[in-house]
This record gives sequence, C-alpha cells and structure tokens, in this order.
Amino acid sequence: MQPDLHQKQQQGIDVAVLVSIGRHPTTGRARRAEQDARGLELALAIEAELPGTRISMLHAGSQDDSSEAALRGYLGMGLESMTLLEQPEGSDAILPLVEHLAATSPQLVITGARAERGEGSGLLPYALAEHLGWPLVNSLASVEKVENGVVTLLQALPRGQRRRLKVRLPAIISVDEAAPVARQSAFGPARRATFAITTTTSEADSELAQWHLSPARKRPKRLKIVKAASARDRFKAAASKSEGKGGQVLTDVSPEQGAEAIYKLLKEEDVLR
Amino acid sequence: MSEIIRRDPRREWIARNRLHPDNAAVLAALGVNRGGGAVSEWMGPNGVVRKDPRAIGFIGPNGVKRIDRSGLQQGGQATATTTAARDSRRTVTIDQPAFLVAVVPDLTGGRLSGHDKDLLGLARRVADADAEQPGAVVAILFGEYKGEGGGELKEQTLGEAGIDRVVHLDDEFYAGFAPEARLAALSAVEREMTPRFWLFPDSPLGGADLGRRLALRLGERAATGVWQVEADNEASLGWRCTARGAAGSLDIQRPLPRVALALAECAEPVDETRHAAEHLTLAASIPTTLSRIEDLGQVAVDPAGVALAEAEFILSGGNGVKQWDAFHHAAKVLGATEGASRVAVDDGFMARDRQVGATGTWVTARVYMAVGISGAIQHLQGIQRCDKVVAINLDPGCDIIKRADLAVIGDSTQILAALVAMVEQQRGGQRDAA
Repeated sequence: MQPDLHQKQQQGIDVAVLVSIGRHPTTGRARRAEQDARGLELALAIEAELPGTRISMLHAGSQDDSSEAALRGYLGMGLESMTLLEQPEGSDAILPLVEHLAATSPQLVITGARAERGEGSGLLPYALAEHLGWPLVNSLASVEKVENGVVTLLQALPRGQRRRLKVRLPAIISVDEAAPVARQSAFGPARRATFAITTTTSEADSELAQWHLSPARKRPKRLKIVKAASARDRFKAAASKSEGKGGQVLTDVSPEQGAEAIYKLLKEEDVLR
Repeated sequence: MSEIIRRDPRREWIARNRLHPDNAAVLAALGVNRGGGAVSEWMGPNGVVRKDPRAIGFIGPNGVKRIDRSGLQQGGQATATTTAARDSRRTVTIDQPAFLVAVVPDLTGGRLSGHDKDLLGLARRVADADAEQPGAVVAILFGEYKGEGGGELKEQTLGEAGIDRVVHLDDEFYAGFAPEARLAALSAVEREMTPRFWLFPDSPLGGADLGRRLALRLGERAATGVWQVEADNEASLGWRCTARGAAGSLDIQRPLPRVALALAECAEPVDETRHAAEHLTLAASIPTTLSRIEDLGQVAVDPAGVALAEAEFILSGGNGVKQWDAFHHAAKVLGATEGASRVAVDDGFMARDRQVGATGTWVTARVYMAVGISGAIQHLQGIQRCDKVVAINLDPGCDIIKRADLAVIGDSTQILAALVAMVEQQRGGQRDAA
C-alpha cells in the first residue's frame, strides 16, 4: 500500500497555467481568453490522468472588477484558487512571470499562443523559454503521457496532421485552436474561488506606449495586375479563360503503366505514408 | 564595293508581280523572304522602306483575314521564339551589396509557397529602396528543395522569386521539428553575415515559431503579423510597419524592427527581375546542440476525420466511377481523404459534405486525384488552389485534362486497382525488409 501511494505521489507533476484576460470578438468585453482556457483544459486533463498533479494558475496584471470577472471564468472550470501577480496596467508581464516561475519552478508551463488584448504578438511563451532556458513546443494538440521527467506530446500540424514529440521536463508548451475545447465555467465554484495576490516589481512597457494603436482596418484586397506589352495581350488576359500549363497526358497506356506514373508522382509529392 | 545602289528594274518588277512565274526565285535572290509567307516589307530602291499591306496577316479559321500586330505570329504560324520573346525579365546581379536582408521561407513540401513569394517580394522592396546602394536578399533554406524541375531550373525559380544568395542547409538534423538546431544555424548566419533585417512568414509551425525564437535570441522585439511596410525617415532603420495585434482586432504602427514576421500578401511577389541565387556556404561550422525535444515523426491520422478543406491528399470520384467499393478501398490504401463531384453526391454515392466545387468545399490539397470527373467549371473552381492535379478519365478531350498535371486516359477501375496493387506490394516489400 505504502509504495503504491508513494508511486502515485511521484507521478504527479507541478503544472503552471498562465492565463490572460480575453476580449470578446464582437462586443469587446473582457472574458476568459479562448486559447488560455484550452490550456487550462489541457492541464485539467493531465490532472485527471495523473493523480497528484498540482495545477497553479497565474495571471499578471491589474486587479479590477472586469478583469476579476474574466479570471473567475477560468476558476469556474474547477480550480479553488489562483495567483495574481499584481502590476499596473500597461506594464511588461514577462519579468514578474519569469521571477515567479523561477521561484516556484513548476515542471510544465502551459500558455495560450497569443493574447487577445494589447500587442498580442505571441512572443511571451518564447520570452519565458529564452529567459528560463527551457524547451518550448508550440501548437499542442494533446499530452499523451508523462513519465520519468519526459513528456510525450502530440503537436498539431497544418492540414489536420499530428506529430509526436518527446520533451524533457521542465518545459513550456503553448496551445492554440488545435487543443481540446475548454469546458464550461460553473458560476458557483467561480464565486467561491479565491485569489492569492502578490505585488511584484514591474516596469512600464515604454516601447508599446510609443506605438500608434488603432482599430484594425480591413486589408485591401489584392488586385490581379496584368503586365502586358501590347493591347492584344491585355485583351487576352482579360477575356480568355486561363489555359492549363499543359501537364503530361498519357494515352494508350496499359493500366499498369498509368498506375506507375501516378505512383511516381505520389511518391515525389510524399503523400503516401 | 561602291556605294552606288545598282538597280535591276526587271528584277524589281518581277519581285512586285506576285503572279510572275519567277517571282519566288527573284525574292529569294533579293534575300528578303525570311518568314515563309509573302514579303510584307522591303527596302525600296531609294532607301525607303516599302510595305505591302496585302501580304500582312494570315487567313483565320473562318476565312477572314486576321492581322496580329503583337509580332508573335506571321504568315499563319507562330514563330519558334514565342517563349523567349515573352520572357523579358531583367537579369539583376548584385555583387557588392550594401547590406543583407535575410529571409527564411517555409518551403512547404519543398517548394516556395505563395506566402514565401510575397515575403520575398517584401524583402526585395526593402533591399532595393535605394537604387544607388542596393541590398541583397539572402534566403536560408532548410530541408530538401524540389523546385519546378531538376538541375538548373531550381536555381532559376529561386532567382525568379527575387533571391540573390542562397544558404541551403539540408542536413538530416534539420528535418522535422528541430527548432533548436535551426536556431543554432540562424545564429551562425547572424554572426557571419549580420543581415540588416530578418524576415519570416508568420505561418504556424514555420516562420512563426522560428522567427519568434530568433527574435528573442537576438534580443529584438519582433513585429508580428506585419501586413504593410512603408518608408519612414524618422524610424531608426528607415521603415515603418503596420502589424495586426490583439487577435486581429488592432493595427499597430511602429518602426520596423530587425526581425519581422509578415502575413501573406504583405507585398507583391517579384515578377520583373531575375536574380542570381548564388550559393553560399557558411565558413564556421554550426555547433551541434543537444536537443531536449525529440521528434518521433508524424502520427497516422484517420484521413476520413480530416476536414476536406484542409486535407493534403484527396481522392475524388465522379460520374465515371462505377465500382464504389473499389474506390473506397483505394482511398483507404492510399491514405487519401475522399471527395466527390456533384454528380456522385446527387446520385447518392457520397455524402453531401464530401462535395468538392463551388457549391461544396473549396479544397487546398497538395495532390488532388480526380477519378472519372470531367471537370465542370464549378468543380475546377473548387480545386483552384490545389498544387498537383492527377486525372484518370476515359475522355481525352474533357476539361480536367487541361487542368491536370498528370492525366491518364483509360478505365478508372483498372487503373485504381493497379495502383492499389502497386502500393500494397511496395508496403509489403518494406515490411519484409524491416
């Protein structure tokens, strides 16, 4: 009994989830951010898989009514408390987070790929990885297993493909739309959850303050530019159907020869697995 | 020889008289008949160019005389140098660049993607801003590069995209997900060449990842999601950029930093000039890093579960498919996502969500295999963005043959069966070897 319990204690890991305040795309109200919520969902999935896993949720920012409501959206997913690194609006979140993570040293840090407010450049996970010197894996789909300080992950590739990676802990992983959808937030538990507020040293983000921010303008549609020397070419470009580039046509071949040509092309394009 | 022009009035008269029995011989002797048809222009006796308007042009298919003034066609047949005449791109060689602009294209599937070409267009704009002191564009390519053909042509496509110098790193440890090895290589390039700008495509799992890593390594605050770049004398590097921020809801105007990640369509791709694409090798060896990330390779995913719009390899069936069981089996063996034309869906052989075309899904596959599909315009619209199209059809005159990169004329059932047999045999052989 005792060794078994010990083993279970060994299995669990410390997971830190970094969350930010989201922005509803149409109303612009504060909410839980889509990607960060998926990150927390991933952490909760790890906890369900590995009993003894401890999840600590972190947010660096100011504390006011709207941000508290948004943060309680995360807490309603099944956490009892979270740590708030308090800093004034418009300060750089990287330094306090690095200090806190270096002090608490979790084994796995989960973040969303990019924030829904402010600069939203998606640089934060990379900055943390660079400062802490930990490996970073982006665009995560799921965590398969954690054992002996090595985590096996599935990374989402474009076109619905997946790649299996083995990463040594401690590591940072960032999630985007490929991760499992976040569960609903429960109101009661969210109300009952508590904040542990830590004040931090912070410096203002002076560079961001100098930039000019404006609501996103619609990007101009690219025009089809026809560069033709003569009127005939211009007319042809405007009026005619685009002709094929003239591919290879195999007529009067046996099915085997045809299949071989196709097989060669598929091999060349590397789509056969 | 004397300067006096000697005239032979009789010969001139024969040359003008098209009905004279000696007309052709005299024209040949005068040396003016080069095109093959009748002579339309010649030097007159007094040094004046004479033209015969009746000799210009050719008789069109409906018996009407057509005149093509583009100079491409004379006397009813196209000249052999059509393509040479059209390719009027300037060749540019930059020997002593004032500065370097480094570009790291994604090279999806071993080719420059549209996004890469746009980015190279942006790099060209930045490099060529000052005509007196042009910069050079250095492309750092990771992994295998396929190009559009073999040998020389590869360099040609790179040069046509606007690349002056190429650093090609295709060692096996750069393959797959190897951000640490790639970052080490880029750091080596930075130490050796110190480019003024680093440009990356802001595409997930390509430049977006590597660019951010490099930016942090260089201690730069990268501009991400850049979609517009303008000259600005007040900025430290002479450029100002507009970037998307906050999940696409903000436009951020800021001076262009050294590292920028640009969105697709950030600039027009290069199409007027042709560059050298000269190969460079790094002098210093790149330190091998012990990676903490191990790539175990791609996982087999169920092709039926992949959304049609983003599937990589689609096997699509139409009216010409008679044995649907064999078709489904072929899709399974090839590992392809199934698609269908409208007729196949209407006849109930495939589900509605599998329809490719204007009414159905617009697909973006790298390889699209159309079996028994004639290629209605709505269907061709749906496959516009596919890279390679393979067609199997009985009718050699149908529209999809014109679009296809490889078309096989024959019975689709037999060809698919042969293909399946071939793939199964190859796989079986590999398993035996292993």
